[in-house]
Amino acid sequence: MAFYLRGIHVPHRKSTVKQETVRMTPPQTVIIPMAMHIGAPAVPAVGVGDTVKVGTKIGEACGKISSNIYASVSGKVTKLADYLLADGSVTTAVEIESDGEMSVAETVCPPTVNSREELLAALAASGIVGLGGAGFPTHVKLDVDPARIEYLIINGAECEPYITSDTVTMLTRGDDMAYALQTLCRCMGIGKVIIGIENNKKEAIGVMREMAASLADTASVSVKTLPSVYPQGGEKVLVYHTTGRKIAVGKLPIDVGCVVLNCTTLAAIGAYLRTGMPLVEKCVTVDGGAVKHPQNVLVPIGTPLDALFAFCGGLTAQPAKIIYGGPMMGLTVPNENCSVLKNTNGVLALTEKEAKLPKTTACIQCGSCVNTCPFGLAPVSIAEAYEKKDAEALRALSVMSCMECGCCSFVCPANRPLVQINKLSKQFLRDEAKKEGN
Amino acid sequence: MPTMTKLMVSPHIHSGRSTAGIMRDVLIALLPATVAGVVLFGWQALLPIAVCVACCVGFEAIFNLIVKQEQTVGDLSAAVTGLLLALNLPANIPLWQCVIGSLFAIIIVKCLFGGIGSNLVNPAITARVFMLVAFNSMAVSAFPVDVTAGATPLAAEQMPDLLTLFLGRHGGSIGETCTAALLLGGIYLLARRVITWHIPVVFIGTVFAFSFCTTGFDALAALSLTMAGGVFIGAIFMATDYVTSPSTAWGKVIFGLGAGLLTCLIRYYGVYPEGVSFAILLMNILTPFINRWTRRKVFAAQGGKA
Repeated sequence: MAFYLRGIHVPHRKSTVKQETVRMTPPQTVIIPMAMHIGAPAVPAVGVGDTVKVGTKIGEACGKISSNIYASVSGKVTKLADYLLADGSVTTAVEIESDGEMSVAETVCPPTVNSREELLAALAASGIVGLGGAGFPTHVKLDVDPARIEYLIINGAECEPYITSDTVTMLTRGDDMAYALQTLCRCMGIGKVIIGIENNKKEAIGVMREMAASLADTASVSVKTLPSVYPQGGEKVLVYHTTGRKIAVGKLPIDVGCVVLNCTTLAAIGAYLRTGMPLVEKCVTVDGGAVKHPQNVLVPIGTPLDALFAFCGGLTAQPAKIIYGGPMMGLTVPNENCSVLKNTNGVLALTEKEAKLPKTTACIQCGSCVNTCPFGLAPVSIAEAYEKKDAEALRALSVMSCMECGCCSFVCPANRPLVQINKLSKQFLRDEAKKEGN
Repeated sequence: MPTMTKLMVSPHIHSGRSTAGIMRDVLIALLPATVAGVVLFGWQALLPIAVCVACCVGFEAIFNLIVKQEQTVGDLSAAVTGLLLALNLPANIPLWQCVIGSLFAIIIVKCLFGGIGSNLVNPAITARVFMLVAFNSMAVSAFPVDVTAGATPLAAEQMPDLLTLFLGRHGGSIGETCTAALLLGGIYLLARRVITWHIPVVFIGTVFAFSFCTTGFDALAALSLTMAGGVFIGAIFMATDYVTSPSTAWGKVIFGLGAGLLTCLIRYYGVYPEGVSFAILLMNILTPFINRWTRRKVFAAQGGKA
């Protein structure tokens, strides 16, 4: 394609990529919420007092778009309690007191996968969801007519500052990724695979090129080097930059013949197919100025954040903000009882200084927001239209296209809350559509 | 684990750019032209500069106090307005006119329309036009300094040579004559990414091209005409004002083209020797429309394969 979409240069702050990744000693308790994915929350499959092992199913997928949830430590279920998620909603969480044994459930055994149906069943049983952050159940994503899939795109564009867990996955789990790709291509009849990685991850590009070469018999696997401009990892941005295809508002990658999987999701698929151990562990980047030893940690899902920080040497200062994910799109952690979820790729404890944002002042119409938006939106005009609650103008400005990447707010010299206004505008249009429907 | 941290919407980091930082860069970029003005026109030139800057900042501060709103002089935009206004005035202007001009720029054009970001037209430009019309300020006679004349060479019989024009050793407003200093400031603004090349290059290029045609394709004469008046200060510093110029690249090209054409039309057919201020003022008014015509194409609004 002729042009790359616009974006911004963010500070990388990815020093944790050089640290060795360590596996955390299992915490005393894990708190595992039943909603760690898009779709219906899982239904608890255990009761208080039940004994569980690593890999025991504790949450049963409920409905078409949902996902199973498994125990990440062995021990006893002590509580089923309400859990406040970062988006403000409340779900049930299963609390397990660890016996420290980490004994593996008898049910864990590698699945036999020789067909598309067996693959989808295995993925459903694996509890794997989109690990890049969205948490969309992978077996649902892949449940499409295989003839429609022209490209499988692997997202190795880890564009958020601080976060390096995907990069570490690419550097260390090429074997799992290769195994997953072989099975996916064989069972789904996928012929072309593109792995998209930004050019600031030279080492990962090298490892992935080697892996791609080893798969020459399976499919055409290539590595596409992308500019290290935020937000390369945005799904629509990635699909456009790897295939030149444009996904319209409200459409999915499959509508342009693509399926996108995050590289860590791919590694999780490979690990499950090889060992039968469902998704119970996550590689998490623990970083931020308030963390004593920033590093990537392999943690049991459900590990409380305070235990995670304690493992990383504790907090050296009172953090001003604790964030799930990166600082550009991550959600702030609502309270001290939160734990590592399936789709947690990083936890940042930012100091007052790091989290300090400039004061919001009057818009000076500089046009920075307009000129950096990857999708060509005009946040300044959207803000004006939202102030007037002008639904027609908001539609004309295509506000529904906004992926909330945060470029506009990041560059705004007046620090206007542009992303927030875009989010509110989208909700306003959804409400208006509902009103008109009635 | 700390009990409570801030719950806030993303993004959680910021580029660090600020309005005050941008305005500081503009002030720095105007420094060469200011120094050149003082060197060329003598210490006398410092008086209108001091009066305009002090008055603009002071009037904005007083206005904010009277209407009981947050103090905004810290964003330095009033200082920029004051300096720009002064640089567009002749060095021997009566100081009481500077006070009135500053009052008009800050109170009438800026504050009454809602302050920074809400003004429809550029305060410094509009005040200059107001002073031109009200006091005939720009037609002040030659003053005893070591330069050719007080009035712009556009009104003179004999055009100075190119080097004189480039260094600014000719008549005109305090800050408009030294093309070299203005270019230096422009390069600084480009390097700091405060402005883009579109408006200055298209504006100056249009004036040059028009002059090239009207001088019977004499490149040197056209260059003289381009450097002689207020084109450079206008194109680099006044026409690039964020609030009153378009946001997109194409919008800026249209703005520059329009301002350049209007400048030439006023110069050749109007009653005033110089038309830069009027041209920018007219384009300021068209800016909301240009912005609407030149919106960026939204990515995949329709979609489908590329």
